[in-house]
This record gives sequence, C-alpha cells and structure tokens, in this order.
Amino acid sequence: MRGAFSPPTPPKKAFRVLNYTFDWSIIISGKYFDWLVSGLVTTLKLSAISIVLAFILGLIIAVMRMAHSRPVRWFAHAYLEFFRNTPLLVQIFFWYFGSYKILPTAVNDWLVSTNFEFAAAAIALTIYTSAFIAEDIRSGVLSIPKEQMEAARSAGFSYLRSMQYIILPQAVRITIPPLVNQFLNLAKNSSLAMTIGVMEMTYQARQVESYTFKGFEAFTAATVVYLLLSIAITALVNVYNEKVLNVHKAT
Amino acid sequence: MIVFKGVHKWFKNLHVLNDINLHVTPGEVLVVCGPSGSGKSTLIRTINQLEPINEGSLIVDGMDLSDKKTNINKLRAEVGFVFQQFNLYPHLSVISNITLAPTKIRSLSKKEAEEQAMVLLNRVGLAEKRDAYPAQLSGGQQQRVAIARALAMKPRIMLFDEPTSALDPEMIGEVLAVMKDLALSGMTMVVVTHEMGFAREVAHRVAFMADGVVLEEAPPEEFFLRPQHERAQQFLRQLLTPMQSECP
Repeated sequence: MRGAFSPPTPPKKAFRVLNYTFDWSIIISGKYFDWLVSGLVTTLKLSAISIVLAFILGLIIAVMRMAHSRPVRWFAHAYLEFFRNTPLLVQIFFWYFGSYKILPTAVNDWLVSTNFEFAAAAIALTIYTSAFIAEDIRSGVLSIPKEQMEAARSAGFSYLRSMQYIILPQAVRITIPPLVNQFLNLAKNSSLAMTIGVMEMTYQARQVESYTFKGFEAFTAATVVYLLLSIAITALVNVYNEKVLNVHKAT
Repeated sequence: MIVFKGVHKWFKNLHVLNDINLHVTPGEVLVVCGPSGSGKSTLIRTINQLEPINEGSLIVDGMDLSDKKTNINKLRAEVGFVFQQFNLYPHLSVISNITLAPTKIRSLSKKEAEEQAMVLLNRVGLAEKRDAYPAQLSGGQQQRVAIARALAMKPRIMLFDEPTSALDPEMIGEVLAVMKDLALSGMTMVVVTHEMGFAREVAHRVAFMADGVVLEEAPPEEFFLRPQHERAQQFLRQLLTPMQSECP
C-alpha cells in the first residue's frame, strides 16, 4: 500500500511490465532458494502431520457419530457442525491468538518458547479437516451392507472390533476418492498458516518477493510446489490403494 | 444344548415367534422348514441373539440369553452361523476370512490359525483358493468358505440359515455335501432349509413352522410319510409337486 498523501510513484519495474526481466537464478540457488526449500519442508511437515492426525480423528468422530449412546452421538454431531461451518482462518486465529490466553501463565510461557505457531496451525488444520473426513467415512460405513456387521458380530466380535476389522477397512476403501480430496484441500489450506507466522511455502515465497521484487518467480515456485505436492498425494494414495488394499481384487 | 421355553417375539405388532418350545440335544441335527414368512429365519437368529427375544427363556450351551449379564460375544464365539448370502468379508482373502476371528478372539498365532485354516479348506475342498478374494469365487465356493470360517472358531453349535437358497442349482450339492460331512462328525446343527432331500437323509428331527408357531416336530421319516398337520401336508405337496399346486 502506498501512503495516501504521497503521489503515486510505484517502483519502476511494476509498471514496466513489458520490460520485466525474468531472473530465475535467484530462486534456484543461493539464499532465496534456501528459504523456499525451508518453506517447502515446513509445508510438507505441516501437511503430513495434519493429514495423519485428521484421518485418525475423523475415524474416531465417524464412529462416535454412529455410536449407540445418544450423548456420544450428539457430541460428535455438534463437533462436526461446529468445525465444518466456521472458516478455517478464524479457527487458526482462535487457536493461535485465543486459546493460550485462557491457559495458566506457566503453560503460556512454555507454549511461546516452543514452536507454537506451527502447533496452532496443525491443530486448526487437523480439527477442521477431521470434520469433513468424518462425514465422508460415515457415508462410506452406511454404504456397507448391514449383513457385514451381522457376520462380524455372529463371529463373536464386539461392536467396536467389528468396526475396526470388518466395517471400517471396507468403508475407507469406498471413501478413498473423497478422502483424497480432503487431503488435497488440507495441503493447500496449510498456506493459511502464513497468517500466524508459520514459515511455510507461501510465507517464504512472499518473503522472497519482498526482498527481491521477483514476485513472478517466487510465486511460480510456490505454485509448482503445491501442484507437485498435490499430485504426489494423489499418487501415493493410489499406489497404497492398488498395492496394499488390493482394491481391484476385492470388488 | 439349545432349549427354547415359551419364547415369544414381536416385530412391532407382528407376532413372529409364538410360544416356541424346542429342545436340541448335543450332536443332534434339527431341520426347520416351513413357508416363507413363517418365522424360521427369526427363530434361528435368536439362537445367537442376532434377534433378541421378547419373552420366555432361551438357553444355549448353558448360557441364558434372557439374562442381561450373559456375555453375548462369548456365546457367539461358540456358535457358528452360516448366512444365506454367505457374507464373507470382501476386503480379505479366503485365508484371512478364516483366520481373522481365531487370531483376534481366540488369540491364536498367525501360523497356528493358518495351519488350521488350511485343514478346514481341505475339508471343504478349496485349498487351492486360499489367496483368492470372495468376489473371485462362485456362490457355492463362497458358501463353503463361509462354513470353513465358522468352523475355524471350533464352535459347539452350527446354525445354517437357508445356506443353499441363494445358490445356482448345480452348486447346491457341494454345499450340502460339506454340511452332511459335518453332521456325520457329530456337530450339533440347526438348519433352516427347503432341501427336503437333505432333511430326509441327515436330520434327526424336523420342525415345521407356520405363522410363528412350531406346528409339528418329528423324525424325518415320520414327518415326510405322515405329516399330521394340514399346513404341513400342503407345504410338502407344494414342495414335491410345485406345478400342481393351486393358485391362491
């Protein structure tokens, strides 16, 4: 933003679009390259941790949503509606700026001394995405014929063990396409973590742009990284699907 | 081994089991038959409490099913159940279908469970299918795997709910052969079936049900030669000569 009182004298380069000289060298080596790589590593870490935790939490919430006990069901339902109907950015701000204020000072100090931005972002991404994953898994479970549960129960499995060994493995197979969508959303949503100072990919690209005015190059790099990350997630799930779950044989 | 005393069950207003009194002794094979909607499937499903009873007492292998304190999972582990639609676990191979419950519930090691599963697969004639998936098997093969899966828990009682009704005619024989073999080995069995040949040859007793009531209970030779109740006579006539039965 330019000051309201100064005459509009933007940096020359921004105006001279046709004369913009591309300089890819700054993003493929040197200090700025290192920044981008460290951003990539943080994005990978944040996405991987959040995907794993969101999946586990989503499974738990999905099972709770179908529990016999009414309070458990209601809790899960409230959780779902609450976290999928509020903006992710608000949730990130809540965990980062809001949550620690109500904690005791000692805990507070400890949190600030740790990598609290990262933790807050991971918590927000995990909880937000788990609500969507839970609904996807629940619809997967509902599509499994009830005879599968009967077969499991009549073999002597308890309700939860039947879920664990027989129902959920089948439901997750069916749920894989929507799950991949959730994983991709999470990976891309992790860019919002820059707003609370997590030095992930987008943050670093922005940083490089600020120092060099090479916005085109910096954000091209970020774009390519997110694109590759998404493609990698899709490919990983597909390989797991084929090789480990034997989906093609079991249908 | 299985004792029904004055058992009643309702689905909403429908009286599906009406004052059932039955006694199955160890090693006995009881065939339950009757027209559709007579409550025979419900009856067999009460024995491992897939359907809870509303009234009366039902004691299975010394455990009282009307008692809330009975550990139902423990009871079910002792009672094998074979479904009309097989209900194999489609995400698991044949061998894993059979070893799942023994390893998780009986705490057998994977090796022990697999050895035992191979003995059972040999017994039902499907040893070469150990790594196949259920979707790759015919109906008859799936049902034989389902029987092996139930037997892997070393049950004291086996329940069969119309095990051949979903099969193509040429596959019924292979499943009945396995069941006959099992009966001859002394297994206590309750079988809901329309296979009167099987009933005649293998059953010790036949129970005939209609409208939720056991109308007749007799050894097969007596039941087939001299059915007492009119409904039973009509049922047998229809089964033996379906083309000649009158339209309602």
